[in-house]
Amino acid sequence: MTTSEAGGAALVNQEGRPAQSLGGTVAADDVKMRVSGLDFYYGPKQTLFGVNLQVLTNRITALIGPSGCGKSTFLRTLNRMYETVPHARAEGEILFDNEDLLAMDPVALRRRVGMVFQRPNPFPKSIFDNIAYGLRVNGSHGGAALKEKVEKSLRRAALWDEVKDQLHKSAYALSGGQQQRLCIARALAVDPEVLLLDEPCSALDPIATAKIEELLYSLQDQCTLIIVTHNMQQAARVADFTGFFLLGKLIEYNKTEIIFKTPAKKETEDYITGRFG
Amino acid sequence: MLWRNTRRKFVNYFMFSMTGLCALVTVGVLFFILGYLVWNGGSSLSWAFLTHLPTPVGERGGGMANAIVGSAKLLLLASAFGIPIGFLGGVYLAEFGGRAFPFVVRYTADLLNGVPSIVMGIFAYTIVVLPMKHFSTFAGGLALGVMMIPIAVRTTEEALRTVPLVLREGALALGASKWKTIATVVVPAARKGIVTGIILDIARVAGETAPLLFTAFSNRFWSPGWNQPTASLPVMVYTYAISPYDDWHKQAWAAGLVLLTLVLVANVAAKLFVSGRTAH
Repeated sequence: MTTSEAGGAALVNQEGRPAQSLGGTVAADDVKMRVSGLDFYYGPKQTLFGVNLQVLTNRITALIGPSGCGKSTFLRTLNRMYETVPHARAEGEILFDNEDLLAMDPVALRRRVGMVFQRPNPFPKSIFDNIAYGLRVNGSHGGAALKEKVEKSLRRAALWDEVKDQLHKSAYALSGGQQQRLCIARALAVDPEVLLLDEPCSALDPIATAKIEELLYSLQDQCTLIIVTHNMQQAARVADFTGFFLLGKLIEYNKTEIIFKTPAKKETEDYITGRFG
Repeated sequence: MLWRNTRRKFVNYFMFSMTGLCALVTVGVLFFILGYLVWNGGSSLSWAFLTHLPTPVGERGGGMANAIVGSAKLLLLASAFGIPIGFLGGVYLAEFGGRAFPFVVRYTADLLNGVPSIVMGIFAYTIVVLPMKHFSTFAGGLALGVMMIPIAVRTTEEALRTVPLVLREGALALGASKWKTIATVVVPAARKGIVTGIILDIARVAGETAPLLFTAFSNRFWSPGWNQPTASLPVMVYTYAISPYDDWHKQAWAAGLVLLTLVLVANVAAKLFVSGRTAH
């Protein structure tokens, strides 16, 4: 594995796989998304300032920071979900597998980059139809293949055993934690390359949260995960890499261990130790 | 101080009593009308009333089968015409609207809603009856259909607006196009509100008399097809109620009762249908 170092700042973790720092670059094969100079505006108001960040393939990246720091906005640029807001626009460059993400067809992009939201948002349909939704939208016409895919997705989300006898009941009959795992299963059903999670546990109790975290951990071999979280312990527990956002800027981005043990910036340290935010 | 307290308590009690009294009057009026209809119309209601044609003056018995069928046909035609236009217009307002055009559409719909029903009748008379040179079910259905549009637009729009943004985003995030999201997630989620609004819309035009007077006119006999004048329940109520004959008055009450019952049955059936479907 070749690592081209820029400014001598790139890092190598214990397994010898290249990690990255603010100025670092790594082998192109390992980078799923490369964000450079990203600015974001809601109308005249700028909310992201020159964000540079590289997301590594099949790793878990966590984004932390106080409310309103832009981390959710950043996440929403990665599947162009911000476009549902009028007058919102992103400037800069995002390369997704070396394709220009901001110029792609958003519908095609979202089939490759899935998203799980803050509050569980199952559709008012049966459990089965929820999971099958993305597949049907992508042209599946039912039959044995669809059933198999639904089961596989529910298994991947560790929900199959709990719902296998009630696939045709309303998804609203499930508990909050189950609904959120259903939403993860629904996103996984279309085999996304990247899964974005916007504070997926903020509406859940600690037991449901632990289950989701376990699930995320088990998914990282198959999928690149980017998670926005308010919960620093959560970032520390699940993420390989962590980015700290403050007032629309990416203050620091590094291996999770380094961010939490020896942050380079004072703002990061202040936030981590609970001095603000 | 004591006096002020007493006064405050009195005002409080007085206002509470007034609101309660007015609420009671509202409910009372409805039950009074229902009771009066059943009291007066119930005795004339018979199997023959539902299955026979009207009899000439002076002859006992007879019914309003042609008016019941006529009203059903008029409402069917009005719904086939008014609901799709109103529904799709409402979808546009809720989902696609920019700023200026939706404002114009919304404002126009509200104005259209305020147009007196007799004016709607003249409109249909001018554009359908005059060129065709005769009254018809078609003209009556068109007049009622136009009246249905504004309510269908606004209730659809409002029902769609209650669907949470996160549901739309959930579908978009799975790679559904905007149209697909609306058709497969947003509209089904708003189904209850849309169906309820449209049933109320049908119920409202079911009782309209003025626009039918010079569009569908009336008919003492069956009206096959869509191209002839037809009897309808509201016009029958009107004609029979202003007649000088006692047994016609009773039949007018019975017709009113049938009209109200049909509307109530349709209402309850639609609500059961909707709540049954959402269980899944």
